[in-house]
Amino acid sequence: MKTDPAAPPAESKPRRRGFLGVAAAGMAGVALAPGIRLIEIAQAATTTTSAGANPAVRWGMLIDTTKCVEGCTDCVDACNTENGLAPATRPTDPQWIRKIEIKQIKTGRTASLPVMCQHCAEPPCVEVCPTGASFKRADGIVLVDRHSCIGCRYCMMACPYKARSFVHEPLADQKSDVPRGKGCVESCTLCVHRIDKGEKTTACAEACAKAGHGAIVFGDLNDPDSEISQRIRSANSVQLRADLHLEPGVRYQGL
Amino acid sequence: MGATFERLEQRTFYLLVAAGGLLTLLGLGAAHWMEERGHVVTGMDNQVVWGLPHVFAIFMIVAASGVLNVASIGSVFGQSAYKTRAPLSGLLSLTLLAGGLLVLMLDLGRPERVIVAATHYNATSVFAWNVLLYSGMFAIVAIYLWTMFERRFNPYAKAAGVAVLVWRFMLTTGTGLIFGFLVARQAYQSAVLAPLFIVMSFGWGLAVFMIVQSSMLTWNGRRLDAAMRRRLARLLGVFVAAALYFVAVYHLTNLYFSRQGAFEAFILRDGGVFPLLFWLGYAVLGSLVPVGMLFQPRLSDRGVVAASALVLLGAFAWLFVFIIGGQSFPLEIFPGYLAHSSFGDGAIAHYVPSWPELLLGLGGIGAAFVLTMVGVRVLDVLPRDDVAATASTARR
Repeated sequence: MKTDPAAPPAESKPRRRGFLGVAAAGMAGVALAPGIRLIEIAQAATTTTSAGANPAVRWGMLIDTTKCVEGCTDCVDACNTENGLAPATRPTDPQWIRKIEIKQIKTGRTASLPVMCQHCAEPPCVEVCPTGASFKRADGIVLVDRHSCIGCRYCMMACPYKARSFVHEPLADQKSDVPRGKGCVESCTLCVHRIDKGEKTTACAEACAKAGHGAIVFGDLNDPDSEISQRIRSANSVQLRADLHLEPGVRYQGL
Repeated sequence: MGATFERLEQRTFYLLVAAGGLLTLLGLGAAHWMEERGHVVTGMDNQVVWGLPHVFAIFMIVAASGVLNVASIGSVFGQSAYKTRAPLSGLLSLTLLAGGLLVLMLDLGRPERVIVAATHYNATSVFAWNVLLYSGMFAIVAIYLWTMFERRFNPYAKAAGVAVLVWRFMLTTGTGLIFGFLVARQAYQSAVLAPLFIVMSFGWGLAVFMIVQSSMLTWNGRRLDAAMRRRLARLLGVFVAAALYFVAVYHLTNLYFSRQGAFEAFILRDGGVFPLLFWLGYAVLGSLVPVGMLFQPRLSDRGVVAASALVLLGAFAWLFVFIIGGQSFPLEIFPGYLAHSSFGDGAIAHYVPSWPELLLGLGGIGAAFVLTMVGVRVLDVLPRDDVAATASTARR
């Protein structure tokens, strides 16, 4: 092996290695420090106040499809107004509640009914969410934490009810009670902002009652004396996609 | 340094890097546009929530796992002809994974919150498992490359190779299960997706490897040894045929369950672009034609590259059918009923990919390309065949 006369003496090798080591450590520090700072910011931003939800309660809804009127969208309109959603015109527009018209293939029997987040006891959206942004409160309400939703949309893939929407565009004129965000996923909150203030019903149920249909009953499924519990005891009702055993908090009568 | 590119002129190298860099920049620009305007500028909506970027990202992530096959055969099973290819295989794995993750991350609704994904971990989420599997893969493959490049650590290369083998099986299983655990969608919810993704990764990874290896050898004015070429071509043929078998099993089991009949009819017969892409793109051009070519004993170097390119074409066709077609078919919320609503219930979704999506996907490929170019320039990864050794092992 030939020695290059221009090459530095052998003892400089460890020095160079040492320098490279220090440089690498410095670079690592420069690379990591903002990350650590970001972690602090992220954690600070996602600290949630979970106090408030009562574990003794299980909020739910009963929808009587025999009373729901075809073509009526009062519940949808009320939801939009309550939560600051623009009326949907495109497949990219969020819809927290929608009216579905169904027709039994064999008999031709038709029905009209609203579908929204079913607030499952075993919600697949919560299971698949990588960051835990999808969560279920102690009172059974399934929500999305807008601070930790990264917009991966895996929950939308997992939901069997197509209950979730993605905010595809920048938002304006938001309601102060209902924070939303572009690039995040959202869905029916069971009007959690009303419930937490002690109000007894949701915007959709209220609108339906006001229109004289009374097809939506909101209440505590754990309270045996609540109207919803009594109705569920006395009349047959079903859960959508009951075969999946997700135990939705929303039930349908007359299907 | 420079040994790999003895014959590749500096200018050509910089031109290629610049071309790849431009593609990457276009992808970053597209991602910026998507973030500014929102996903409304894409073809995605509330029914098809994962679009073309996922096709690119999943392709690259799955191929990143499969490309390591060459290294595994060398390090774990002791085949010397493959050992010389292990460094290139490891490098390609890292660059493909980086490209795929770049696309996946930039397609998020809130890409700036990727740090949240790293700090908030939901243990029941397959996605969260994959975050660990991907970052672990980077670390393990980097260590593996180190054991190969640093002579002192050479004795540990086999152990590192075994760790890589196990890890990438888990990684591809995890990728398959992202879909396999989706009970809500008729297209997915199948355990066969995990092994299917593993077998697909073998073919896609080897096809990428063959194209890159051939380009590198050509730039150096060298040619792949004929015996080695035959072995690799046959191996690729076996992988592609095995993947086709798993795809057939997946569809045949679906056809057996009557509740899946409508979905299968959509994907395989009535769904317009999806049956076309499935049969012509994946089954014929992406599988049967390359398998037929790869088992030709006199297949030229160009023939192998052409067959590999067809395999990659088939990969994209299949992923498009699987991901987009699978979401386009409506959810069955009311079995036995026809349904319609303002939210696309009961209706087939019509997804048309947009330019920003395509550019973002290509940007990921560009990033993987640039990283590979730089990697092969600074590291000694060019496969060198000892012709005699290759011939003797090939005869075995």
